[in-house]
Amino acid sequence: MKLAGLLVMPAGFFLTIGALVLFPAPAPRAAFVICGLAVEGLGLAVAVRGHMEARGESRL
Amino acid sequence: MIPVPIAPAMPDAIFALTLALLLLAPLTIAGIALINTGLGRSRSAAQSLLGNLAIVAATAIVFAVVGAAWAGTAGFVDHSFQLAGKPWSWLGAGPLLLGGFSTATPQTQLALLFEFLAVALAALIPWGSGADRWRLTAGCASAAVLAAIVFPLLAHWVWGGGWLAQLGVNFGLGAGFQDAGGAATVHMLGGLSALAVVWIAGARTGKFPKEGFSTALPGHNAVYVLFGCLLALVGWLAWNVAGAVIWLHAPPAVLPVTAINTLLSASGALAATFTVTRVRFGKPDASMCANGWLAGLVASTACAGLITPGQALFVGLVTGIATPLLVELMELALSIDDPSGAISVHAVGGLLGLLAVGIFASQPGQLLAQLVGIATLLGVFLPLVYLLFRLLNRVAPFRVDPDGERIGMDLHELGGGAYPDFVIHRDESYR
Repeated sequence: MKLAGLLVMPAGFFLTIGALVLFPAPAPRAAFVICGLAVEGLGLAVAVRGHMEARGESRL
Repeated sequence: MIPVPIAPAMPDAIFALTLALLLLAPLTIAGIALINTGLGRSRSAAQSLLGNLAIVAATAIVFAVVGAAWAGTAGFVDHSFQLAGKPWSWLGAGPLLLGGFSTATPQTQLALLFEFLAVALAALIPWGSGADRWRLTAGCASAAVLAAIVFPLLAHWVWGGGWLAQLGVNFGLGAGFQDAGGAATVHMLGGLSALAVVWIAGARTGKFPKEGFSTALPGHNAVYVLFGCLLALVGWLAWNVAGAVIWLHAPPAVLPVTAINTLLSASGALAATFTVTRVRFGKPDASMCANGWLAGLVASTACAGLITPGQALFVGLVTGIATPLLVELMELALSIDDPSGAISVHAVGGLLGLLAVGIFASQPGQLLAQLVGIATLLGVFLPLVYLLFRLLNRVAPFRVDPDGERIGMDLHELGGGAYPDFVIHRDESYR
């Protein structure tokens, strides 16, 4: 689960790069950059969740 | 090669001043080393401090051999490709083993010296997070990986005329990604590396018991920690002013305000952390206040040369409120055992500083440039560091065996403790 979260994070980065390359107008470019950051945030949340689950199992 | 703005020729007086500042900047490293040691256990103190020294040595050697070549210098040869009609410089192509360094311009020589200090500090940050269980060999190996691959890549993108530095020229985003003192290249990278280390090495034995809340394992020497903070202040003042000269080409009139902003950011953060911990626990918490002070310094690293004193104080206050809450959240809610608080202090403090540059900037598009830089750190460098450290963990296991952790890293790895036993002498003068 941690690895899955970490694999999602580069997808957010490529979304950010896509925003720079594909959208010259400031508003859609900013929106896509923020979407890229949101995807990275989701990936990080999944990775942290995976870490918490692994810790929970090791406590048992 | 990407056309980059040529830095103005540096007068001799400014060169001498900047060199003197860079010779003071290692006090930052000394301060962080003391903080790392003080926040660990007494039975691991010698291993911790020796580890700090060994990491500085490892990064210096590896960066000199390969890292400096890949970090590159703005305006010199690099590896780049074309995408959407724009050049994307992604790696420096300088000579190995510091070839040509002695004949480089004064500006280039100072930039390289700055990078040597920066890579050492970036590699020291995760060492504190792995305290009491991270083996010395593995710590040095991970520092070497950071100095050889990860730091040069990021340093080229931010300082070496890479694509992040060129966001302003290529995409009209302000002045490009701005990071004068290394909030991204040093602190966010170090903080994210600390997260990777904590994930791989795991928590200290007994930190998270089977039932109930996590166990408090306080640092063994608050004096080391607080004196480290004072030492770090001296280093940080020099570091931020030198960074403003080297990377922002700041005129002399901006340098005093850069130093004042550094102090104000740290002071605001300490005041905020002091208040938050007093309200939450009834008394101010010394180690948490140290973390708040340090987080204020970290936040100032990005923005001290670019904002007003009032804004610096505001940045410090926000950082100081966030730091103790994050340290608590990491430990109690997210099961992350980070003895030095490096993830909250360096990763989040650096992130807040980078955001402040965008929020308080006058150029349009600067905030977006900062967001792209932050997205790059999270989306590329955290997964990259985690992957590299996971591979390294197979070759040089990070975590010490349970017996080593029980007797302490000093005895297990060095064969002797940091502190001599107490010897009680009879005082003959009373006879």
